[in-house]
Amino acid sequence: MSALEIKELSVSVEGKVVLHGFSLLIPSGEVHALMGPNGAGKSSLANAIAGHPSYKIERGDILFNGSSIVDLLPDERARLGIFLSFQYPAELPGVSVANFIRAAVEARSKEHVSATEFYKKLYECMDFLHIDRSFTSRSMNVGFSGGEKKRFEILQMLMLRPTCALLDEIDSGLDVDALKIVAEGFNSMRSAGMSALLITHYRRLLHHIVPDAVHVIGGGHVVRSGGLELVDSLERGGYQSVGT
Amino acid sequence: MESEIYNAQRDSDFRCDVTYAYDSGYGLSHGTVDYISAAKGEEAWLREFRHGALDTFFSKTLPPWFDCGNIGAIDFSKIRYYLAHGEEVKQTWEDVPDRIKETFARLGVPENERKFLAGVEAQFDSEAAYSRMRDALLKRGVIFVDSTVGLRDYAHIFRKFFATVVPVADNKFSALNSAVFSGGSFIYVPAGVKVEQPLQAYFRINSESFGQFERTLIVVDEGAEVTYLEGCTAPRFDTSNLHSAVVEVVALAGAKIQYITVQNWSNSVYNLVTKRAVAHAGADIRWIDCNIGSKFTAKYPAIILKGERARGEILSIAVASSGQHHDTGAKVVHLANNTSSNITSKSVSIRDGVASYRGLLRTGPGLSGCKNKTRCDALLLNGESKSSTHPKIQAIGGKNRVEHEASVSRIDGEQIFYMMQRGIGEKHAVSLSVNGFVNDLIREFPMEYGVELKRLIELEAENSLG
Repeated sequence: MSALEIKELSVSVEGKVVLHGFSLLIPSGEVHALMGPNGAGKSSLANAIAGHPSYKIERGDILFNGSSIVDLLPDERARLGIFLSFQYPAELPGVSVANFIRAAVEARSKEHVSATEFYKKLYECMDFLHIDRSFTSRSMNVGFSGGEKKRFEILQMLMLRPTCALLDEIDSGLDVDALKIVAEGFNSMRSAGMSALLITHYRRLLHHIVPDAVHVIGGGHVVRSGGLELVDSLERGGYQSVGT
Repeated sequence: MESEIYNAQRDSDFRCDVTYAYDSGYGLSHGTVDYISAAKGEEAWLREFRHGALDTFFSKTLPPWFDCGNIGAIDFSKIRYYLAHGEEVKQTWEDVPDRIKETFARLGVPENERKFLAGVEAQFDSEAAYSRMRDALLKRGVIFVDSTVGLRDYAHIFRKFFATVVPVADNKFSALNSAVFSGGSFIYVPAGVKVEQPLQAYFRINSESFGQFERTLIVVDEGAEVTYLEGCTAPRFDTSNLHSAVVEVVALAGAKIQYITVQNWSNSVYNLVTKRAVAHAGADIRWIDCNIGSKFTAKYPAIILKGERARGEILSIAVASSGQHHDTGAKVVHLANNTSSNITSKSVSIRDGVASYRGLLRTGPGLSGCKNKTRCDALLLNGESKSSTHPKIQAIGGKNRVEHEASVSRIDGEQIFYMMQRGIGEKHAVSLSVNGFVNDLIREFPMEYGVELKRLIELEAENSLG
C-alpha cells in the first residue's frame, strides 16, 4: 500500500493562501498528472506534502497509507517513502554527490550500507541514466545544468526507491533525448507498490510517462479530473477551456 | 597513585595525575624566570634573555582590540608558568612511562599509528616526554628535537635564528613567551634535503591553571623541504588556562615549508599565539590552521616574503561555538618583487560564538609584480551568531595586484530542507552543510587529520540545534 490522500487541504505561505480546499486521491500503484497555469499552486502542493517549513497547513489533512503525515518532520516523511523531485534542486557546495546520496540511502534504509554495495548500485543507476561516473566526486547540483539537475533527481529516486514520488516539472529544461532517459528511469520504478504525482505543463512528458489520471488545478484546488483526453482539450483550448 | 578524573562530557576531558618534579608555583616574577632557568640548567645568556623579555612583558599593554574578547579576565598571578615532567626525553616508545602512554591512548593516538609516527615528538606538559627521531632522518642531518635540547645541543643554529622572526617586543604575549618558554620543537633541515614524511608533534595541557608556552623554531636550508604537523587537545578545567606559543619559521632560498595545525582546546583556554615565517628568494611557505574550541583564540599566522619570487599561502578554518571568541586571521608582508600570496579563511559561528577575521596585507614601497588574493567566508549558524572582518590592506604603488573578497552567509534553509527531504535528519543536514562549507580547506589537511576534523566540526555543528 502506498496510497496518497489529500483531504480539503488549505495551505498558506507567509500569510498568503496558496491551496484552498484541495482534494486528491492517488491509489497505490497509480500515477496521476497534475497540470495547471503558473501560480495555480502545483509546487505548493508538492512542498506541503514534503513538509517544507514555510508551507503552513491551515485546514485539511494529508494521509499516506491511511495515516496523517502533517505533524511529521520532512525527514520522517521521506523515510516513510515520500520523495520529491524538486523543480529547483538546492545546491550543496562541498557535499559530494556520492557522500550525499549515501547519507540519504543510509537514512532511508536505517542501516549502514557497505561502500562496495553502494557504489555498485550507484554506478548501475548512473549508467542507466547516462550520467558520467566522474560526477560522483562533484558537489551536489553545484554548477550542474538544468537538465543535469533533473537527471540527478531521478538518480536519487532510483537509489532511494520511494513508495510515493512527487515529480515537480521533471521535464523542464530537458531536451528530447534527456526526457526519454528520465522517463525510462521513472518507468523502471513503476509498480503496484508506488504512487506518483507528475506536475507538468506539457503533454510531451505524458507521452513517455502515461498517467492513470489527469487533474487540472486552478485557484488552489482541483477544477477538473479525467484521463488523457483532458490533456488534449488543454492543448487545444488552454487552461481557460477547462475552467481555471 | 590517585585515580583519574574523567569527565564524560567530552572525550578529551580527563587528566592523569602526575607528580611534577619541577613546579614554579603560581604567579610571575623575576624569581619565576630564575626558577625556570635553573630547572632547565640554562646558560647565562639565555637567563638574561628571559629577564629582559619579562621586563618587556611588564612594560607592554594588551593590544587595543583584545578587549573584544574575554581577555581582560586573565589574571597573570593565578597562572603556573613552569611545570616540567622531570624525566629525561625518551627515545623509544618502550621507555615512555605507562601513565603517559595512557594519556596518549585517551587522546586517541592509536597503538598501531605509532609506527607511522616516525620522527614523532610528543609533548607532555612543559617538556617532551617522548621524542623519537628516525635514524634515517638523523643520517640525513635532519634535526628534530624539543627546543630545550635544541638550545643545548644545537646552539650554533638555534641562536642564529632565535627571536629574529618574532622579536621579543613584538607584542605582549611574544614577550611573555620569551620570558617563560619551555618545550616546543626545533627543526633543522639541511640544504637540499627533502623530508617526505611529515614531522608530527602531539601535545597537551595537563595541569590546572597551567600556562603552556612552547617555543618552536623551524629552519629549512636552501632547497630543502619539510612538513610539520601540530595537533592539540586539552582537558577541560574550571579555571582559565593560558596558552601562548611563539613559532618562528625560516625558509631559506628555494626552501619549502608546510606548517599544519589542528587545535582543539577545551573551552577554558586562552590561546594567544604568535606565528611568523620568513621566506627568502624562491621559497614557499604554507600555514594551514584549524582552530576549534578554546575560550579566546588570537592567532594570525604571518609570512614575510623577503626574497624575490617567494610564495606564501595561509589557509585557516575557525569554528567558534557557544561562549567562544576566535579572533584569527593572516598577515602577509611583501618585501620583494614578484612575490605572491594567497589567503583563504573560513569561519563558522555557532550559537553565540564569535569569529572575527583580522588581516594585514602590505606591499613594500617601490615593488612591482606582487600578487595577493584574499578570500574570507563566514558562515553563521544561529540568529545570535556573530562574525566580523577587519582587513588592513596597505598596497603601495600601482605595479602590484591585490584582491580581497569576503562573504558572510547564514545557513541556507532550502539546503537543509533538500537534505531532509531525502530522509536525512536536521542535525545531520546542518553538519553536512557546515562540513561542505569548509570542505575545500579540510582537503588540504593530511587525511587522518581531515577525518578527525570533520568529526569535530560535525559535533560542534550538531550542537547548534541543542
